[in-house]
Amino acid sequence: MSRLAAPLAPGHGVESDAKLAFVEFLLTSVDVQESARRAVDWLVAHVAVSEAAVLVAEGMSPEMQLVAEHGVSSGAIMDFALSREDTSHPLIAALDSPEPVYIKTLPAHYRVPLEAAAFHVIPLRAYASEPGQGLLIVGGLGPEIDSETMWLGRTLGKQVSRLLGRQLLAETRFGQERMLLYSIINAVTDPILLTDTEGKLIIANTHAEKLFAAPEEASEGWRRAAALNNMLFSAALSTSAVGMAELARRELLLVDPLEGSDLLFELLSSRAKDERQGTYVVSILRNVTDLARAKEEIEESYRTLRIAQAEVRDERHRLDLIIDSVADPILVTDQEGDIVLMNTPAERLFNAPGVDDEATLRRVRANGANLTSFVSNVLTRSGEQRYRGEIQLGDPSTGRPLPVEAVAGTILSEQGELMWVVTILHDLTEALEKARLYEQLKQGSVQLERKVQEATAELAEQNELLRRQHIELEQASALKSQFLANMSHEFRTPLNAILGYTHMLLNNVTGPVTEPQRKSLSRIDSNSRHLLALINDILDITRIEAGRMPLNASAFGIGELFDEVLAELEPIIKRSNLSVTTRLRGNVPSVRSDRQKVKQIVLNLLSNALKFTPAGSVTMTAWFDARAKQVEIAVKDTGVGIPVDDQVKVFEDFRQLDSSPARGYGGTGLGLSICRRLANILGGTIDLASVPGRGSTFTLRLPAKARRR
Amino acid sequence: MTGATKVREQPLVLVVEDYQDAREMYAAYLQFSGFEVAEAGNGVEAIEKTRELLPDIVLMDLALPRMDGWEATRRLKNDELTKHIPIVALTGHALAGHAEGAREAGCDAFVTKPCLPDALVAEIKRLLDQHRRKSDNGTDAGRVPKSSKKRT
Repeated sequence: MSRLAAPLAPGHGVESDAKLAFVEFLLTSVDVQESARRAVDWLVAHVAVSEAAVLVAEGMSPEMQLVAEHGVSSGAIMDFALSREDTSHPLIAALDSPEPVYIKTLPAHYRVPLEAAAFHVIPLRAYASEPGQGLLIVGGLGPEIDSETMWLGRTLGKQVSRLLGRQLLAETRFGQERMLLYSIINAVTDPILLTDTEGKLIIANTHAEKLFAAPEEASEGWRRAAALNNMLFSAALSTSAVGMAELARRELLLVDPLEGSDLLFELLSSRAKDERQGTYVVSILRNVTDLARAKEEIEESYRTLRIAQAEVRDERHRLDLIIDSVADPILVTDQEGDIVLMNTPAERLFNAPGVDDEATLRRVRANGANLTSFVSNVLTRSGEQRYRGEIQLGDPSTGRPLPVEAVAGTILSEQGELMWVVTILHDLTEALEKARLYEQLKQGSVQLERKVQEATAELAEQNELLRRQHIELEQASALKSQFLANMSHEFRTPLNAILGYTHMLLNNVTGPVTEPQRKSLSRIDSNSRHLLALINDILDITRIEAGRMPLNASAFGIGELFDEVLAELEPIIKRSNLSVTTRLRGNVPSVRSDRQKVKQIVLNLLSNALKFTPAGSVTMTAWFDARAKQVEIAVKDTGVGIPVDDQVKVFEDFRQLDSSPARGYGGTGLGLSICRRLANILGGTIDLASVPGRGSTFTLRLPAKARRR
Repeated sequence: MTGATKVREQPLVLVVEDYQDAREMYAAYLQFSGFEVAEAGNGVEAIEKTRELLPDIVLMDLALPRMDGWEATRRLKNDELTKHIPIVALTGHALAGHAEGAREAGCDAFVTKPCLPDALVAEIKRLLDQHRRKSDNGTDAGRVPKSSKKRT
């Protein structure tokens, strides 16, 4: 029997999964035969054995029973019997061998339940120091036994030892009770341990063994996990050992030796006292891993819930801020009409927190009543989405009337039933005030318009009055002119006779007259002539004012006109002893105007000059102003002149500067006035420049071609 | 046309004027100046006298009773018997329209009252002279009066 290194052991490298499955099976099995059969099956499946058999000695019996076999013919096992007392038998001898025994050839008289000539015999036992309680016989492996088979032998040995030991207990009466108890604690799915106060294991059920006892052949991880679990358990017990109550409860985190994951247990431990063995500790571990996980999940959900709540609270807070920031009161009422939410402005109207002034409270109540009646209107009109109305409220603190426009909207649930009414109030005070001002403005405007119309009507009336007055005045003026024209005619007829007869008398038609008579007749004649001149001048002015002065335009030369005027006034010029000259400066074109009127003007100007010039000269000059297209005729004298202050007056009616009756100069005093009027009619002007004592210059300016009137 | 004019020593002037003082004054002065003078007091009489006497010249006041001077002038100028006789219109009205009306009616000259007798005589002489020269073919239709000889 030598240990040889196995050349490529067939069982080598069997995956640990298969081993674990096998070990798990053993842990749950309480039957030796079942365990043995499973072991044989495992060997056949994972190691290339041709034959295998298991023999055990049950209980106190010395007979070795064949409990499992494979690959053995029925003839080989038929009536096979072996007693442990037959110590010469190589198989029995192998029971006490510390190592597996390899039997190459068995002497023929020894029966073995195997057909192979060479085979290994592995004693089944828990510890190498113990005598074997069974044998595992394996054939077909060759002289070297492989490690897998060795592992199986050890594992099966422990199982057989455990099971046979129990069977041994069960066979006694006490043992039977103990077995029952053992079965009960094994049936409990929670790990149960009985330890001394130091934590040293005395009894453990299979579930506890799984955690705390790693089989020898267990993987390194398993072993380490089991060791760790033992340490943790001892620590847990020792920390609670001092002053420990009857029942201690605590959490204990262990490692699942097979999966390596954390397992959370609730450790219940209590002390028990036994006369024989002293104090020991019973511990029950309850797996609360799932519970803890569930708790964690609950906590997670709770945290999520808290976050969600916080968010909702934030949202609500934000909403409150927004609603409060709206200046208009906002209220939310439920379907009963009770206010469920309102912003600060609304609160001021419908809720007076901390105010116990009776008047204020009354107003708040009145506001509430008004709002309620509005909302109840909205509620009865459930069909409409929006409702608009006006409510008469009052300022709670002052009692000032507060007309508001209320806009209500309804919020419906998903089922379409009315949930809330949201009412927004808008202060109408300003709007009403504006409307009032606008109305005032409109009235003012209407009044203004009426006044304007009245003024316009009055103006029109006055215009009409003026127009009538104007017509009347024109008629009166025309009548006056007509009257004057008629008058002058009527004056002339007798004057004509007076002048005629005087003339005849002076001409001796009726015989010679004496010198005194002639003198008197001359006076009659000159006065009559003066009267005639007055009448003629009045007639001229009348005609001009009545616009009935006829104009006869014709072309004529200024030089010829001058000659005519000189000829007409020749007697006077002669008498005056003045130097009278005429001059045409430059080329003076012929003028188209009313010849007779122009002549009358020039005649008048010259006659005036002669009249008011005691000594010196009178010059008549004509020239053409090409730029203004007008002919200018200046009559210049060296006479008495006219003071500046009087230079305007001379053109007025009946003006002679010396207005005394005994004036030294003849004339009607209408001459210059008529001249100026005539000049205007012809489109011209007459100007005067004069220095008193030095002389005067009258200048007539006429357009070269008179405009048609 | 001279055949219709009676041959007389002095030219005959018919003075038509309703205002007696003026009429007699002009008549006196014209006689004094060497004309023969006949008188009429209104338009109708003026036409009768003109047709009857066929004067050398008619001095016609325009404002006349029964028939005014314009109408009388028009009729005389439309009459073959009298149309050749020059007519001097005489008016006291100096308002526009009178002179034109007179010319349209057929007056040969226009004198505005007041008119001194010598001025009137000068105008009559001028017109007669003009008339005589115009129709001067041997006959002495317009003779210049030399002395005053009243004829009624």
